Amino acid sequence: MSILVTKETRVICQGITGKTGLFHSQKCREYAKECQPDVDVFVGGVTPGKGGQTVDDFPVFNSVAESIAKTGANATMIFVPPPFCADAIIEAADAGIKLIIAITEGVPTLDMVRVMHFLAKTDSRLVGPNCPGVITPGVAKIGIMPGYIHTPGTCGLISKSGTLTYEAAWQLGNVGLGQSTAFGIGGDPIIGTDFIDLLEMFENDPGTESILMIGEIGGNAEVLAAEYIRDHVTKPVAGFIAGQTAPPGKRMGHAGAIISGGSGTAAEKIEALEAAGVSVAKSPADMGKAVLEAIAKA
Amino acid sequence: MKIHEYQAKGLLKQAGVPVPRGIVARTADEAAAAFDELGGSLAVVKSQIHAGGRGKGRFKEHPDQPGVVLVRSAAEARENAERMLGSTLVTIQTGEDGKQVNTLLVEEGLDIARELYLGIVVDRGEGGAVMMMSSEGGTEIEIVAHESPEKIFKQPIDGGYGLQPAQARSLAQRLELDPAAWRSAESFLPTFARFFTQNDCSMAEINPLIVTADGQLVALDAKVGFDDNAMFRHKNFAELRDLSEEEPAEVRAADAGLSYVKLDGNIGCLVNGAGLAMSTMDLIKHHGGEPANFLDVGGGANVDQVTEAFRIILSDENVKAVLVNIFGGIMKCDVIVEALLSAYDNIGFTVPLVVRLEGTNVEKAREMLNSSGRDIITATDLTDAAQKVVGSISA
Repeated sequence: MSILVTKETRVICQGITGKTGLFHSQKCREYAKECQPDVDVFVGGVTPGKGGQTVDDFPVFNSVAESIAKTGANATMIFVPPPFCADAIIEAADAGIKLIIAITEGVPTLDMVRVMHFLAKTDSRLVGPNCPGVITPGVAKIGIMPGYIHTPGTCGLISKSGTLTYEAAWQLGNVGLGQSTAFGIGGDPIIGTDFIDLLEMFENDPGTESILMIGEIGGNAEVLAAEYIRDHVTKPVAGFIAGQTAPPGKRMGHAGAIISGGSGTAAEKIEALEAAGVSVAKSPADMGKAVLEAIAKA
Repeated sequence: MKIHEYQAKGLLKQAGVPVPRGIVARTADEAAAAFDELGGSLAVVKSQIHAGGRGKGRFKEHPDQPGVVLVRSAAEARENAERMLGSTLVTIQTGEDGKQVNTLLVEEGLDIARELYLGIVVDRGEGGAVMMMSSEGGTEIEIVAHESPEKIFKQPIDGGYGLQPAQARSLAQRLELDPAAWRSAESFLPTFARFFTQNDCSMAEINPLIVTADGQLVALDAKVGFDDNAMFRHKNFAELRDLSEEEPAEVRAADAGLSYVKLDGNIGCLVNGAGLAMSTMDLIKHHGGEPANFLDVGGGANVDQVTEAFRIILSDENVKAVLVNIFGGIMKCDVIVEALLSAYDNIGFTVPLVVRLEGTNVEKAREMLNSSGRDIITATDLTDAAQKVVGSISA
């Protein structure tokens, strides 16, 4: 079992005629074919003005609405450049796409404010932006993560980061747990799907038996997640917070990873998670082990 | 991106936000002339550096000279300016090295009835911009938030409709402003909110916001930062950037497409991905070492980028060893090793280099490293890498 990305998922790529969009559409198609040889999971792409063309056998459409009508797509992977990303998300939601995964890095924060305002009136779910995407190992991946480091399994993985998510997935494989579904939710200040949304879904997913959440400095999403875990999550949860050695006032790569005014530190997040009964790994080398500990403790 | 107070006030004035009359001075003569041109009996001479705490700050060369000073004549303006310009101002935010003052802002003195705090930030929980006001003008908002949170009033700014006059009036009433000042607030606050969104600010702060004796709101100070991701639609802001206010190595890294932050330790690190880069710093610390930097080479590291990354790391004289930690995903490990080896030869390493690789084509990559003939220490996992790099210094 899994959440959001399932055997029913059919995906288009917005920005498929760009170099990166095409490359990752090909990689995602390859992975889906290995997992589900008899179906086409990646069904085409959208680039306004290039409708009617094909790129490497992907049909290209002028609009998301047209792509849905012709292919039955219910999910989108967005690679359009940052100035146009907000518009692409809004187009997808307006056309009725239920799962929108925005990989694009560098979207202006106030564009995302506008996007979230718009999405509130729809039933579309956004993951990202500035994220590696989502993978249900053995079913499909929508994003830029390498497929082979993920093994099918029972741990739900939620992370703000990219390569740190890979590291965690790799460790989960090594300790024999694998993942039910793995999410990179993005490191920007304003993001679509947050820890709490996914904690709730993993809690309700019969295929998920444990959860690993990886946060970082900046904001208070991890603290709110800790409160949610304390009150609502019965499955074992482990965690890791990146940036224990980060200085205040400096942006650490991700737009949202900054300690401002003394708040958003790793220490306060770790304390909140531990108080909620989460097994927090002290070293990034021990994320997989922390999940085993959480399971043993439960 | 941050800008100077005088630049922020220039933009605010253009947007219709009231600011004091002021003149920029870069010489003592200009400061004296500014006093005469303003024509009052009182003026304020303010050092222009990005860091806060200027009023309480003092100059290294002139320990009694404050960074912001009241003057009552052109001669006094000149004398102060002579001490301030070219000197190094140390404030609570600059660190002990301080910052050289090259520009002054000379402003008219105003008749102040009340001092308030006004700021706008993007609040993650609210999912949008939020205006914050407090009656404790002049005090850092973090301190007020900590000591007396009930004195802070918040108003979310609607993403579609902006701040409405009624919301501005409500803030004025909660701050117990004199009814004479309500009209001014109804205009000032929505205009300031519009300034924030139209210019893609990441933060904007007016501290203090003053109410004059005749009930007008005026921005006595202004601190503005912009969202770097939105600069493509504000190309004119590029000229407002003051490179002398930024860490040179960080500027150099940004030009090469790298994300670098200098720290105080002695173990340099080069990592792909921001989360993994932060974790690598934590890992070093966990094993008893001190990281010298944060460095994210991004997803598509090539020879030029890796070479530049090594140069930047090694330009820090504290660095006694370097740890490379790469999780190769789409970027294959063997491609990274090619870049690493070329960069290694370009640089001429004199400190121990520990490399930990994982991911696509890792066996081939490790073999390339081991047979390369270079003096590179390979590690099998994160813990091994941390122990080896920490050990390479203490040995």
